[in-house]
Amino acid sequence: MELLAFGKTGWGDELFYATLMTIAVSITAMLIGFLFALIFTPLKLSKYKSLNLIGNFYTTVIRGVPELLVIYLFFFGGSGAIMYVASIFGYFEYIEINAFITGSMAIGIISGAYSTEVFRGAIQSIDKGQFEAAKVLGVSKFAQFYKIILPQMLRLAIPNLSNVWQITLKDTSLISVTGLVEIMRQSYIAAGSTRDPLFFYSFAAVLYLLLTYLSMKLINKLEVKYSRGY
Amino acid sequence: MDFDLMINSIPKLLDAALITLKLLSASLLFGLFVGLFFAILRMNKNIFINKFAYGYSYVFRGTPLLVQIFIIYFGLGQIEYLRSSFLWVILKEPYWCAIIAFTLNTGAYTSEILRSAFQTIKPGLIEAGKSLGISNKIIFYKIQIPIAIRQSLPAYGNEIILMMKGTSLASTVTLMDITGVAKYIISTTFKPIEVFIVAGGIYLFMTFLIHNLIKYLEKKYSFQ
Repeated sequence: MELLAFGKTGWGDELFYATLMTIAVSITAMLIGFLFALIFTPLKLSKYKSLNLIGNFYTTVIRGVPELLVIYLFFFGGSGAIMYVASIFGYFEYIEINAFITGSMAIGIISGAYSTEVFRGAIQSIDKGQFEAAKVLGVSKFAQFYKIILPQMLRLAIPNLSNVWQITLKDTSLISVTGLVEIMRQSYIAAGSTRDPLFFYSFAAVLYLLLTYLSMKLINKLEVKYSRGY
Repeated sequence: MDFDLMINSIPKLLDAALITLKLLSASLLFGLFVGLFFAILRMNKNIFINKFAYGYSYVFRGTPLLVQIFIIYFGLGQIEYLRSSFLWVILKEPYWCAIIAFTLNTGAYTSEILRSAFQTIKPGLIEAGKSLGISNKIIFYKIQIPIAIRQSLPAYGNEIILMMKGTSLASTVTLMDITGVAKYIISTTFKPIEVFIVAGGIYLFMTFLIHNLIKYLEKKYSFQ
C-alpha cells in the first residue's frame, strides 16, 4: 500500500494524474471521432455512389486494420506529414507534435469510424414519414436536422455510442507505446523502477475497470434522459 | 512513394502473417471452449457460480487487452511459486503468454455471445424435445448447441475480426507478428506510409476472408 502513497515516496499522485490524462485523451479522441462522423455519415448516406465509396473506404479500412498499426502510422508519420504541409507554405524548420495530439488524433480517427457506423444506423432507422412530414410542413433543412432528426437519432444512438466510448477508453492504453504518460505508461514506469509489475499492472486494470464502471453509470442516466416519452 | 520498399517488405510481412494466423487460430480455438464453459456457468441457477462467471466476463471486457497481456507476461513471472512450478515452461515464453491473454479475453466476449444465443432459443423447442422423451443431455447437445451456434454466428464473426486486430498487441511482448515487423521496418526506414499500406492491406485481406467465410456459414446454416 505504501507504493500508492501520494508525494515523493509513492506512486499515488503520479497514477492519479495519469488517470486524468487517460480521461482527457479519451474525451478528446471521442470528440475528434464525432467530428469525423459528422463528415463521413452524410457521405455514407449520400445519393452519389462516389461519395458513398469514400465513406465506406474510411470505415472499412479503419475498422479492418489493428489500432496499434494506425497509432504507429501517426507516431512515425505524423510530424513528417505536418512538415510536408508546412514546406508547401514555405516553412522548413523541424516540427514536433506532442504525443497528446498524435495520440488523440489516432484514437479519434478510429473512434470516428465506429461513431460513423452508429450514426448511419440510427438515421436509417428513423421513420421515413418524419422526413416527409418535415418537408410538407416547410421546415428548413437545418431545423429539420436539429429539431426533428437529431433528438430522435440520439435516443437510438446512445446505447451504441456507449460501446464506442468503451472501445475508445480501452484503446487509449495503446498510445502508451508513443510515450504519452497515461495509466498504462505510468504503470510501466512504476513497474520498472519498483520491480513490481504484477501489482502495478493489476492496479492499472482496477483503474480501467473503475473508469468503465463509472462511465456506464453516467451513460445510463443520459439514456434515461433521452428516452423520455418512450 | 517508395515502391521498392513496398515490394521488398511484402515477403517479410507475409512471413509475419503466419505468426498472426497462428496466434489467432490458437486463441480462438481455446477461447471457444473457455467461452462455452463460462456461458454454461452463467446459466447455472446457483448465484455464486453465476456471479463468478459474470465477474470473469466483466473484468476481461472492462480492461484493455494490453493490460491483460502485461499482467500475464511481466506480472506472473514475479510470483516465486510459479517460477519454480512446471507452468514456468509455458509462462516464460512470450508466445504462450500472448495466447493465454488472448484466450481469456476472447473467452469473455464469446461467453457473452453464447449466453445471449442460448437465452434467445425459444422454450418451445426445448419443451418439444422433453415431451418427445429426449434426455436433457441430448437436448443440450443436439438442440440447444446447434441453434445457439447459428444464432451467434454474426456476433462471433465480429469477435473473430476484433481478435485478429487484437493479435497486433503481441508485438508489445517482443513477438514479430505483422504489426511487430511493420514497426521494425518503419523504425529502420522511416517510411511509415508505404509500410502501413502493405501491412494494412494484409490485415484488410484477412478481414475480407473472415467476413466472407462467416457470410457463407450463415447462409449454409440458415433455417430456411
